[in-house]
Amino acid sequence: MAGTALTDRTGHSRGSHTTVAAGNGVRPRRRRTRSAGWYVVATIVALLFLLPFALLLVTALKTPGQAAASPPSYLPHPVSGSNFSQLFSSSVDLTRYVGNSLLVALGTVVGTLILCVLGGYGFGLYRFPGRNIWFTALLLIFMVPFQSVLTPLYVVLRTVHMQNSLLGLVLVYVTYQLPFGLFVMRNSFAAVPRAIAEASELDGAGPLTRLWRIHLRLVLPGVITVAIFAFIAAWNDFIGALILLSDQSKFTLPVELLTLVTGRFGVINWGVLEAGVVISMVPCVVIFLLLQRYYLGGILSGAVK
Amino acid sequence: MSRIERRHALTGIGFVLPSTVVAAALFFVPLVLMVWMSLNHWPLLGSHSFAGTANYRAALHDSVFGHSLLFSLEFTGLIALGLLLIGGGLASIVAVRRRGVGVFRTVYFLPVVIGMASASYLWLWMINPSVGLLDKILLDVHIGRTPIQWLGSTGLALTLVTIMTLWKLAGFSMLILMSGIQSIPRELTEASMVDGAGRWRQWLRIKIPLIRQHIALVLIFSVAGGFLAFDQFYIMTHGSPGSSTLTSVFDIYNSSFVNFNLGYGAALSVIVMMALLLFSVVQLLIARGSTEY
Repeated sequence: MAGTALTDRTGHSRGSHTTVAAGNGVRPRRRRTRSAGWYVVATIVALLFLLPFALLLVTALKTPGQAAASPPSYLPHPVSGSNFSQLFSSSVDLTRYVGNSLLVALGTVVGTLILCVLGGYGFGLYRFPGRNIWFTALLLIFMVPFQSVLTPLYVVLRTVHMQNSLLGLVLVYVTYQLPFGLFVMRNSFAAVPRAIAEASELDGAGPLTRLWRIHLRLVLPGVITVAIFAFIAAWNDFIGALILLSDQSKFTLPVELLTLVTGRFGVINWGVLEAGVVISMVPCVVIFLLLQRYYLGGILSGAVK
Repeated sequence: MSRIERRHALTGIGFVLPSTVVAAALFFVPLVLMVWMSLNHWPLLGSHSFAGTANYRAALHDSVFGHSLLFSLEFTGLIALGLLLIGGGLASIVAVRRRGVGVFRTVYFLPVVIGMASASYLWLWMINPSVGLLDKILLDVHIGRTPIQWLGSTGLALTLVTIMTLWKLAGFSMLILMSGIQSIPRELTEASMVDGAGRWRQWLRIKIPLIRQHIALVLIFSVAGGFLAFDQFYIMTHGSPGSSTLTSVFDIYNSSFVNFNLGYGAALSVIVMMALLLFSVVQLLIARGSTEY
């Protein structure tokens, strides 16, 4: 299962004491300087990686005037939340776009989970003719990136009157989450111990009831992994929303931020833009920090196999 | 097939049907339609007419598209090289067992989870010569003397977007390469130490061949992140100066949704997809090579 496979990979820092201590008898001093060197290098690299985030935060917390000052200063003086409050004031008002993004991301999660739990259950626990070819055909979606089929997708969606609709966008995102989601869920269901699968059949309950009552909680780590990927992909997508949505009122957050870059009256309000960028990053960062076990495990199980 | 078996099979098919229907409607149909569109004059509004290979012939003589392909290729090369070197460096930092290593992994990986668009807006501000802090830092540590017009020349713009993209994606290749390094049996590296192999020799002769599949995976990922790049160029350079930083996906976007010539956009998409297919085949061949030891 995706979640458990990872624990020994990312979680093994916990056992680190013992490993270091065990080898300590040989040349303790050299080991210690080496270890200090490692911490120094790792920390410097970490600071470099964090620098853009830090600069973003200090700027978003400046007053709009200070954020627009040239040459810029490092620290906000005074610390101010007015860039953020401007984002939700009448002149910019991102409320609608944050709402659109949330709607699309949550819709993608729900749609992806329904299709992938059902599909993974079918592929993982049932035998039917052509099962493997069928599964491989669905994984093909992985080989053809979304960016390269946007032109025909636009035409297909327009034909069924779903172009310029958030529902259409959700369906597109769900489609491109299918290969990963089906892969993870099939493996999760296939890993359910046979005894449990067979015992549940004896109850005489229908297949859907068994899925809901018994199997679903056994594959929960897989479900979480698929949900995280779907949310982050849909929340972050830019090109799909840029092409498939045409009314500004339907824009998602990353597309709407573009209008802040173009600037009202040709002037870019940098402080407000950067505050908007902070908001666009927060959900992903929070989800990642809380559930990184599932996220990283998903990449490793999906990619390395 | 017995009756029970048949019922079992039908139930299974019932479960996989919903995802199949969605995939058919929004993947297989568009894929076929794309080929058909590429053989037509297909304006955004109004009716389309069969055009044979006209779109493809036009593409052959389209210097903007040709340039965009080369530019995407160049960018892909830079990204692939950068992801292998930086990702490999990061992986060798975090593939050890030390207290606190998890924190470093998290930090290096963090830019991967934010959107490419968000990252582009952040960097667009950071590198702004008048209000951005990057130039100020470079001036303050005396690396530069005057603020740099990062987006003023093709070379600088490409360098900048490459650095930004590597910052954003390096954590991913770190993770893949780390799992490769951790999968190398410990006895193997120890045995080679006894043989007196130095660190570099050990990497070149033993470790790199062993993690060949992981390296191939990073390369596949670089193609997706490099050859299909759009967001960062659209937001940061918008193809400028001139159209020198126009990527192939950007050119497809322009053909279909700026010039409203969808048939031509579809033809360019088919060409780009063929190129991708070629990449995948080459990479599969690399990954296929035996990893026996």
